[in-house]
Amino acid sequence: MATKYGLLIDYEWCTGCHSCETACKVELDLKTGDFGIKLFAEGPKLYPNGKYEYLYLPVPTSLCNLCEERVAAGKLPTCVHHCQSACMSYGPVEELAKKAAGKPKTALFVPR
Amino acid sequence: MVRKNELEGVNKEVYKTDWQWQEGEYTVTRTNMWTAPGCHNGCSVLYYSKDGKVEKVEGDPLSPYNQGRLCMRCLDYAETANHPDRLKYPLKRAGERGENKWERISWDEAYDIIVEQVRAIQRDFGPESIVSMQGTGRNICWQTPYLSYSAFGSPNFVLGFLSGDACYLPRTTIGHCFMGDFMVADISQHLERRMEDPEYVLPEYLLIVGNNPLISNGDGFFGHWVVDAMKEGTKLITLDPSCTWLASKSEHWLRVRPGTDAAVILAMLNVIINEDLYDHDFVENWCDGFEELKERVQEYPPAKAAEIAWITPEEIIEAARAFAKGNPSAIQWGLKVDQTVCGIPLAHGLLSMAAICGDIDVPGGCMIPRCAYDISDSYGCGLWNVPEDMMMKMLGVETSPLHALGFDPTANGDTVLQAIETDEPYPIKMLFIQSTNPIANMAADAPRVYRAMRKVPFNVVVDVFMTPTAVACADVVLPCGMSSERNSGRVWWWPLRSIVKVSDYYECKSDEQIILELGKRLNPDLFPWKDDIELMTWWVQSGNRFHAGWPAKTDETFQELVEKVIDWPEDWAYRKYEKGMLRDDGEPGFNTNTGKCELYLTLFEAWGFDPLPYYEEPPESPYSTPELVKEYPLVLTTGARTWEYFHSEERQVPRLRESHPDPLTDLHPELAAEIGVREGDWVWVENMRGKCKQRVRLNASLHPKVVRSEHGWWFPEQEAAEPNLYGVFDSNINNLTVQGVTGPTLYGAPYANQICKVYPVTPENDCSPSEIVTSKGGF
Repeated sequence: MATKYGLLIDYEWCTGCHSCETACKVELDLKTGDFGIKLFAEGPKLYPNGKYEYLYLPVPTSLCNLCEERVAAGKLPTCVHHCQSACMSYGPVEELAKKAAGKPKTALFVPR
Repeated sequence: MVRKNELEGVNKEVYKTDWQWQEGEYTVTRTNMWTAPGCHNGCSVLYYSKDGKVEKVEGDPLSPYNQGRLCMRCLDYAETANHPDRLKYPLKRAGERGENKWERISWDEAYDIIVEQVRAIQRDFGPESIVSMQGTGRNICWQTPYLSYSAFGSPNFVLGFLSGDACYLPRTTIGHCFMGDFMVADISQHLERRMEDPEYVLPEYLLIVGNNPLISNGDGFFGHWVVDAMKEGTKLITLDPSCTWLASKSEHWLRVRPGTDAAVILAMLNVIINEDLYDHDFVENWCDGFEELKERVQEYPPAKAAEIAWITPEEIIEAARAFAKGNPSAIQWGLKVDQTVCGIPLAHGLLSMAAICGDIDVPGGCMIPRCAYDISDSYGCGLWNVPEDMMMKMLGVETSPLHALGFDPTANGDTVLQAIETDEPYPIKMLFIQSTNPIANMAADAPRVYRAMRKVPFNVVVDVFMTPTAVACADVVLPCGMSSERNSGRVWWWPLRSIVKVSDYYECKSDEQIILELGKRLNPDLFPWKDDIELMTWWVQSGNRFHAGWPAKTDETFQELVEKVIDWPEDWAYRKYEKGMLRDDGEPGFNTNTGKCELYLTLFEAWGFDPLPYYEEPPESPYSTPELVKEYPLVLTTGARTWEYFHSEERQVPRLRESHPDPLTDLHPELAAEIGVREGDWVWVENMRGKCKQRVRLNASLHPKVVRSEHGWWFPEQEAAEPNLYGVFDSNINNLTVQGVTGPTLYGAPYANQICKVYPVTPENDCSPSEIVTSKGGF
């Protein structure tokens, strides 16, 4: 079986800057309303520990092709390249899963 | 993809160190971006262009500055730059002002009209009757001033109608009085190897006050550097009325009432001094006036400041101890420091805290930044061409000696407004408005400024799109190029970066070309450069910190810079005060009268201003105007930044507008329930001066009595002609703010600490504030 690739998002550091969304729209030339990756938010909300939590998480949609053309040309997926928090990585799912196991607040996406 | 070393892990087959190469059908150009879009950064980009058109912009992964990262606005650059609504040709007004009727003219015709007007005004009223202005964060910081001082011959260059110069200038001005310099948090941005540089030390604590740097990127500081530092272990102390993402990640988040930060900082100083947490060595050797400061802060015990700021004394005490414990600690301060009437004393308090804790100009502390090669990227560019008697006519000089001394050589916006309205001390006959849209954006009491701009007989607007300001008051409109359409450069601060032209858009010219061509017609001796390339070589070589125009610090040409892309000078140093690098005389110490950080300001004492930091209640607040508060019981802060827009820009760009379609006002859920509105409902935000409508966003982190409204909104998709005027007053939070209420130095204005009431928009009470302002005489 061919190696599966995915996106690992360390959402402890996602600031919600929308750069992944915009970079993706430019790369895939998406029309208004369409997203290859979409940002979701929760907060700021007060939790019982007395601290506020403010979370963002971008989720790849069915339009995400993991930037196959860019990757073939030796580039990173554009969302990973441009993420202002540098909290996204791209790679073989098995490697990403190992990283995720050692880092709380991570999400591993296998878009296809 | 941030790496400690910028070359690590980058595919050099794809990303080259050349400045230009071919990749398939695209020409790839490595350069840097600044204006348009406006910004306070100058990020390194790769243009992918074809047939003279930029089709795509990406971040340059080889740049230590942004390390490949980009924000939405640069990523979507091609959509803005190729937008069909951009201004394409010079225009002359054909109908009445406000009718949006224009006639296309040639550049020669446009220049002829301007030159004729300028000459007539110079002859009949004097050059001082011409006022030039610009918006913040646009690449015209030295260009417009040079035009004003050298071509118009007027000392009146001003930051639009920004009341109290309440953005950056209060902090730079007090910085000059305090230590002869400014400070910025050091996240290794002056080091080519960044955090890998062995000299660099990570801040233990970063105090964030008066800004949300992730979005605002103020002071030439790439906001996400904060996240880079947090990942390495930097802890945060944040003063903010709302729980921003950074506040949520802070060890100490102090939810201060808008406008009361100065009380909190003075109380932090009280704790640091009374608990003996300060750096004795630095205070003894490099500070002056410690005993006076110590006495002053006794007036601000934490319990008192806590009551003022609606927080607890413990929060202040713990934050103070943390900051003092940090070795080093850094301060990332921002716009809201400036946007109170006590902006100057607040900034003074912050500088004092950095100094007594020994954090000034140490690695990872509050560094004294430099522009690469000391290039004069400042509002004073060309000031040496203005005769002394003309300098004394600068508006604002009479009221404030700080303006007279040229610490920050701009006229004062409030005084310019009064001069237009009253013709005193002399009439204003022309406005040269370069990349600023005051009535949509920074002009406090926007309706008043609208009326004033209409009164000026001749106005020129230079911009990228048609704006409400241009429709309302321009007689000539000039289309200017965006970043990929100009040969220019970026410092502020470090490194020196090229901005190179790779595309054209119809007849647009760059700001450099415009000032040069206009300057050549008006005063050719002071505009000797053949073209924009020669002008930029002059700029690159113009740097000399103390004497602009004196021998250059580099002989690099613009073309050499273009090929280098990014240039890191070799003379960066920390602890410059120890090395004789701050003073004219080359002696160690700071560039002040005493040679020290002046906790007690000798200049302020001489001028009759309070020489020590203090707190003053906002002029309209629950405590200073109890009668008004019966009608307007809420505290209003304005101007929180958005990812999508730089101030009033980009509302016409589809991908950006999609992400943020409407103006938003944050309400606490309790307040929303009390007035019967839900998320997304339209509400009126109103006070004594006016009202506007925005949509509700619930924000449970606010104090229930604090309201937070956006600025910069107009609607390019709506009717441009009056009475609608792109709906510029419909959602304009500056219908509620005030002009002419500033600190005693004229610096600092209460943009972000107003009072208001909020109630639902209903079919019965709905109306058009734009129509009220433009055709019904105002609120």
